Formats: sequence, C-alpha cells, structure tokens
Amino acid sequence: MEKRVVFRSAWLPYFLVAPQIAITVVFFFWPAVQAVWFSFQLQDAFGLKSQFVGMQNFAHLFNDRNYLTSFKTTALFSGLVAFFGIAISLLLATMADRVLRGAMAYKTLLIWPYAVAPAIAGVLWAFLFAPSIGIVTYVLKGWGVDWNWIINGDQAMLLVVIASVWKEISYNFLFFLAGLQSIPKSLIEAAAIDGAGPARRFWTIVFPLLSPTTFFLLVVNIVYAFFDTFGVIDATTQGGPGQATNILVYKVYHDGVKAADLGGSSAQSVILMFIVIALTVVQFRFIERKVEY
Amino acid sequence: MAAVSFRDVRKSYTPELQVIHGVSMDIKDGEFIVILGPSGCGKSTLLRMVAGLETITSGEIAIGDRVVNNLEPKDRDIAMVFQNYALYPHMTVYDNMAYGLRIRGLSKDDISVRVKKAADILELDKYLERRPRELSGGQRQRVAMGRAIVREPQVFLFDEPLSNLDAKLRVQMRAELQALHRRLGTTSLFVTHDQVEAMTLAQRMIVINAGRAEQIGAPLEIYANPATVFVASFIGSPPMNLVPRDGRLLGIRPEHLEPCAASDAMLTIDVDLIEPLGADILVYGHVGDRDSARVAARLPADALAQAGKLALRYDPANVHWFDPKSGLRST
Amino acid sequence: MVENRPWLTFFSHTVLILGVIAVAFPLYVTFVASTLTLEQIMQVPMRLLPGDQLIENYSQVLTGGSTKGSKAAVSHMLVNSLVMALVIPLGKMSISVISAFAFVYFRFRLRMFFFWMIFITLMLPVEVRIIPTFKVIADLGMLNTYAGLTVPLIASATATFLFRQFFMSIPDELAEAARVDGASPMRFFWDVVLPLSKTIMAALFVIQFIYGWNQYLWPLLVTTDESMYTTVIGIKRMMVGSDSANEWNLIMATAILAMLPPALVVMFMQKWFVKGLVETEK
Ligand SMILES: Nc1ncnc2c1ncn2[C@@H]1O[C@H](COP(=O)(O)OP(=O)(O)O)[C@@H](O)[C@H]1O
Ligand SMILES: [Mg+2]
Repeated sequence: MEKRVVFRSAWLPYFLVAPQIAITVVFFFWPAVQAVWFSFQLQDAFGLKSQFVGMQNFAHLFNDRNYLTSFKTTALFSGLVAFFGIAISLLLATMADRVLRGAMAYKTLLIWPYAVAPAIAGVLWAFLFAPSIGIVTYVLKGWGVDWNWIINGDQAMLLVVIASVWKEISYNFLFFLAGLQSIPKSLIEAAAIDGAGPARRFWTIVFPLLSPTTFFLLVVNIVYAFFDTFGVIDATTQGGPGQATNILVYKVYHDGVKAADLGGSSAQSVILMFIVIALTVVQFRFIERKVEY
Repeated sequence: MAAVSFRDVRKSYTPELQVIHGVSMDIKDGEFIVILGPSGCGKSTLLRMVAGLETITSGEIAIGDRVVNNLEPKDRDIAMVFQNYALYPHMTVYDNMAYGLRIRGLSKDDISVRVKKAADILELDKYLERRPRELSGGQRQRVAMGRAIVREPQVFLFDEPLSNLDAKLRVQMRAELQALHRRLGTTSLFVTHDQVEAMTLAQRMIVINAGRAEQIGAPLEIYANPATVFVASFIGSPPMNLVPRDGRLLGIRPEHLEPCAASDAMLTIDVDLIEPLGADILVYGHVGDRDSARVAARLPADALAQAGKLALRYDPANVHWFDPKSGLRST
Repeated sequence: MVENRPWLTFFSHTVLILGVIAVAFPLYVTFVASTLTLEQIMQVPMRLLPGDQLIENYSQVLTGGSTKGSKAAVSHMLVNSLVMALVIPLGKMSISVISAFAFVYFRFRLRMFFFWMIFITLMLPVEVRIIPTFKVIADLGMLNTYAGLTVPLIASATATFLFRQFFMSIPDELAEAARVDGASPMRFFWDVVLPLSKTIMAALFVIQFIYGWNQYLWPLLVTTDESMYTTVIGIKRMMVGSDSANEWNLIMATAILAMLPPALVVMFMQKWFVKGLVETEK
C-alpha cells in the first residue's frame, strides 16, 4: 500500500529520517558489524594486540561443554517460561471472560506485574524463596521440602522460571482476553445449542480460534525468555549454581564483561543474532499469513 | 473568476497506462461545467490535474491566462470539494473553513467576516463550534462547500460531492448548488457519474469514455444529438435503443416509440418485461432472437401492453444513425 | 453466557482469585518487608502484617541508600530513572514520528533502503551486541552520562512502523485538501498529522515510559558511577550476597519505590496502556 498523495522536496525527507538513521547506524549497525569482526579475532590478555583467527572462536564454542550446556539450559528455560506463561494466562483469561461480575476488577488486578522490571521481579521472588529467611521456603520446609536454590541447580531454575512467568502473565493475559472477547458470542451459542458442554466448547471452538494469538504469544514469550529475562537472572542466580541457569544471553554478558573474552563473547553474539533473525522471520511469516485470512 | 482551457491534455500514471488521451476544451468564465462518465473513465484524473494534485503528462491547462501545468495547487487559485469531504476531523467547523485563509495570512477579522458570510449562505451558523463527527452527512457536505467558498477562488472543483448523500438530500443539495452558482457566478467543474445530476446542473457538459471526450455541449443538445454510440447509450434512462439495420445502427429514444397496428409496424418486439411507472409504462423486449438488440419503449399509461409481440412505430425525424465500426454519428 | 452453571461460575472466581493472590502476594510481602526492621525480617517466619518502620526505612534509602551495599541515595536514582523514562519515550516518538512521516508522504531515493535499515534493527537487540555497543559508547565519551543512558535506546523500528501504519490510514484526501488549502508539508504535519496522532502517542508513551523506567542491562553497562545509577540498578547494587546478609528491609523499600511510578502509570492510564500494548504488537 502506498499513498497517492506525496509532497515533493529534495531535502526535507532526508532531513526527517536523519536522526533515526544516525542513531541506527551508530548504535546498531556499527556495533553489530564490530561484533562480527571481533568474532573472527583473538585478543591477547591486555587487549593490546589482536589477530585474525577465522572461525576459531566459533570452533572453540562448539567444543566448549559449557556453551553447549548453555544452549540446553536456554531451551529448557524458554520452553518452561513460554509454556507456563501461556497456560496460566490462558486459564485466567478464559475465566475472566466467563465471569460477568468483576471482570474489569480482575483485569486491573492482574495487569500489575507488567509494570515491574524483570530484575525487581527476580529480587522479589529471591526474597520469598530465600534459603534461610524466605517465607515460601518456610512453608516448603513445613512440607518437608529441603529448599536451597543457592546450591541446588534445579531449584535455581525453578526460581527464575517462576519469577519470569509471574512477570509475563499480565502481558499474555491481556492478549488472550482481547482474543477471547473478539470471538463472536453467536458461535459459542451455536455450539451450546448443538449440545456441547463448556469444556468441549473450549477445546473445539475457542481454542482453535485463539490459535493465532497463541502462536503470536509463543514467539513473543520465547523472545522474552531469551533476552528480557537477563535482569531476572542477574538479580538472582547470576547463572549459577554452576551453570544451572546460565542462559545464552547471560553467558555473552558474563564472558564479555566479566571475563573479558572479547572474541568468544562476540562469536556468541553473532550466534544469538542468527537466533533473533530466525525468530523474527518466523514471526513475520506468521503475521503475513494472518493478514491473508 | 476565470476561464479554464484544456489543450490536448494527456495523462499516464505509468508509461504503459495512459488514462487521459488528449482532451481539449474551453470553459468560459463563470460557466458551470459537468464532467460526466462511467466510473474509472478518468474524470477525477482530469479534475485533479486542474487542481494540481496530479501532474500533467502532456498538453496544457490554463486558468485565466496563466498556464498552470507547473504551479502548486495553492498557487492556482482553485478550491476543491472532495467526495468524502476530507474535513479535518480534529478541527471545528469554523477552523475547517478558516484553515486555508490562515495559511494565506489573512487577518483574524477578515477570516471571521468571510467564514461568517459563508456559514450564513450555507446555514451553518449554529454549527461553527462543532467537529465534523458531530454533524450529519448533509451538514458535512456544506462545510466542505464552505471551505471552498471562503477562499473566493477563481474556480471551484467538485469531485462527486453529492454521491455520499442519500437520494433526498442529493436533490436538495443540487438545488442549493445551482442557487450558489447563480449567486457567486464562479467558474465550476463538477465531476459525476450520475447523468441526472449532470443534466440538471450543467450549463455544458463533457462526456468522457475511457479517457476520451466523446462529446461536449449543453445537456439538452447532447440528449437530442448524441455524437457517438457511447453517448447515446450512456445518457437517458432507459438509454437510447440501438438496433442494427442495413449495416448501420438505428438509434431511437424509448419515448419516441409508440404502439401501432401490426400492419404499420416499423419495429416489432417480443415483450420480456413490463414496468408500470404510474404516469407511463416501460416495456422491455427484444427484436429477432433473444441475443439480438434489446429495446425499451416508454408508452402512455393507458397503452395496452401484454406479453407477446408488440408493434411499434416512430417518427423518422427522431431517428439517429450511427456507424457501428467507428461508433460515430453517420448523418 | 449461554447457560447458568453456578458451580462453573464459582470455579471461575476461585481460579481468578487464586491468580490475583499469586500476582499480589509477592508485592504485598515486599511492602510488608519494607515496613519492618531487619531483625523482624530475619525472624523466621517473617510477620505478614505491616510494621512501624515505614518512615525510617524509606527515609534511609531515599537519603543514604543501604548501609552494607551501595550507599547512593535512592532519591537521586529515582531522578535518573525518571530521566530515562521520559527521555526515551519522548525521543523515540520524536524521531519515529518524523521518519514515518517521511516514509509515508515523500518519495525519495534510498527510501526503501532506509526503511529496511530500520526494520533490521528489530533483529539487533542490545543483548546481542553488548560489548561492541559498550565500546562505541566509551569511544564517544558517553559512559556515565544521560545521553549514553538514553540516546542509543531511542531508535525504534516498532514505533516507526506504528506511526507509519497509522499515517497510511489517514485518508489521502486530507493531505490533498491541505495542499489545496496551501499548507506546506511541515505545516500539514503540525496542523493535521500530529493532532490526529494524539491517541496513538499517548498509548506509545505509556508503554515506553515503563520500558525506559525498567531498563536494566543498558544502565548496567554504561554506568559505573553511583550518581548515575537508576533505581533498578540501585537495588541490585544493594544486594551484597547470600540471603541473610542483605538488608532486605531497605532493598524492599527501594523495590517499592522502583515499582510505584510505572504501576501508577499502568493504573491511571490503563486504557492507553492496553491500547499501546495491543497496537505496538500488530
Ligand atoms: N494514482 C494512480 N495510479 C495509477 N492508476 C490510477 C491512479 N489513479 C487513477 N488511476 C487509474 O486511472 C483510471 C481513471 O481513474 P479516475 O480518474 O479515478 O476515474 P473516475 O474518477 O472517472 O472514476 C482508472 O483506471 C484508475 O484505475
Ligand atoms: Mg473519481
């Protein structure tokens, strides 16, 4: 789609896009190109000399057990976050769509966590689950669960998943609620007349009609788990214990900033870039399809 | 006020797609001209070239004695009324009308005088503080006109301004437009695909088909003497009957047919449909086999029409002949 | 609903109430902890009713930070956060609205090229270019400056696309009418396009305010100076290690302060907020 009307000016349009393009070039393209460049370089310990080493950094990465583990950790983490984030908010949205009374109030109460920074969400849950003083830890102890995420990797993973899901529920909830409210009531009524009970109606009518929303949220949640949860991890487990919660993004940061391994961190950046590109392509493919409907 | 002239005006949107194929015409100062044609024939394109909203591919358009081909719309001293009115949704009626004047740097008092006067003519005085969405379709239409009037331009350009109104309002606005033109006397170009609108409003009209001017003239003159098959079949409701005869096309208007005895018949049709309209009746039928020429006849209400054959005759003075190949009038 | 099934309605409310509790409980505990003394928090289990240390804790963090971790005053961090939360949305909207205007209303060479450049930034989040971006900021001398905190974050493909989408929906005739009225492109922009974009800007502002306020990785990278900490970073800097060593009462007071502004924005601008969320993702 293009506009029929256009204004003519030799310089004005360039002037108008200049700020955006300048920032994009300086802070997006230039660093991205550098990341690619660094990923083929090896620097000495003082960062004084560097030499071109081709694919060596990448070869190192794929021989590095820690890196491969980080891949698995990331897959597990984002799978859990996306699954629970979507399942819980779908349940809540379906219920909120059902109840006539108080739907607005529930909505208002449920959207709060969106305003909370991921890092703070991490801090809140770390406090609740703190091994010695946490109130949830106390309850768990009462149930005979020995809880200490600082030394138990699985529990650490559970903690960051809970914090990340908690933060993301409100977002998913809003989209599901909007999706549910756009389903024509007459469809549900027709199914009811055909004799379908509430559960059956949900699985045969509502859920299929929500599938575009669900798919969209799936991609968004995976992107969220990949990148935006950095704050959650950094404020709680910092990748530990061991490598238990060291997701890819955290590892890039850790290796680059804390361990000052420029080449290795850049190679990881480049791989992440490919992952983002793949996710973006999937997302846009999907949006295109949606437009066709 | 000014005359407008077209000199072999052409327009191509893309090199392959020419939509106006050389239109030439002189519009006199103060004249009300209607550009009539079916949808997609290039009426808007022609008008928008006068406005300066489309470039002119070749040829010349002059307003007064200035060739305007390379002038910006604002420098052409024209005002335009759009089909969807194009009112600024966030401005009041007053501001909508005043906007162009403010840009032209008129003083507050001048603007106020002009807007009040236009509002007075259009009976919009009570609505000046409203926003377009708080107005009815007819009122919005008037605001769009008001916006044109306050500018006191050389030429008014109207692009199907009445087609978004319901039938009753359209008739009323037609009358108002005529009154307005009598009062202001501004040269006006009015685009429409509705022949009734064209017939009632035009002093002269130009009938366009596929980017070509088929005929230019006063409405009744065009009705009485269509220059081409297209004009004959486009104007009139139902349009002129065109019956092949001796290698030519015989054209006769439905109202020029009358029933007669079979022995006097100049045209015999098989009746397909009869529509009583009250004052008269319309009889539709065909000559020869079903796929050949269709014929409509407007007969007095008391005419005895029934299914079967109907014998018709006409006064040869009312017949038009066309050449089927060129589509042009042949006598 | 179609039929009346009381037990189902009851079930729905139960689920929703559990959901609300799960959402609210951490926030409530945070608030309670921010009103207790450190000793009270250390008593397991911690009491779940607000204490009387509210004023003490909050005035301590606002003026002097924590005692064991960062001692930077949180009041100053709030100002820094506010700068980010205001400059980022305003900057983003300004540069996006004008570039979208150029893309929609002008035809110029390199138009598609620029458009794709902006599109590609969608695929380059800060997280994937951490080190080199840090270097660029360092080379430009923008570490520990407000410019360094905000400018790199104001380029935005999403906002540009959103405005572009909206401009495409403005009828062509409006621009034509403005041209006939004699308006220059920029005049049309100011008098017609901007006023029509008000709603969409409000929605975008709410979302971007939260985005700016909640930034974490970026300020972590470009600020080392305590005076440039944002509130979220400040909290992290107050954490000194394993669970019982932290001054949780002060950390929680800071967390409440850090959550309050975006929460208020969500609360009071809920309509814009929901619109903004749904629109930006279309
Ligand atoms: N901006 C444009 N680009 C390409 N073709 C166009 C454009 N505007 C109109 N056309 C084409 O030119 C022809 C005439 O259009 P128009 O003048 O709008 O017709 P009318 O107003 O008589 O309905 C149509 O075939 C239309 O598809
Ligand atoms: Mg048209």
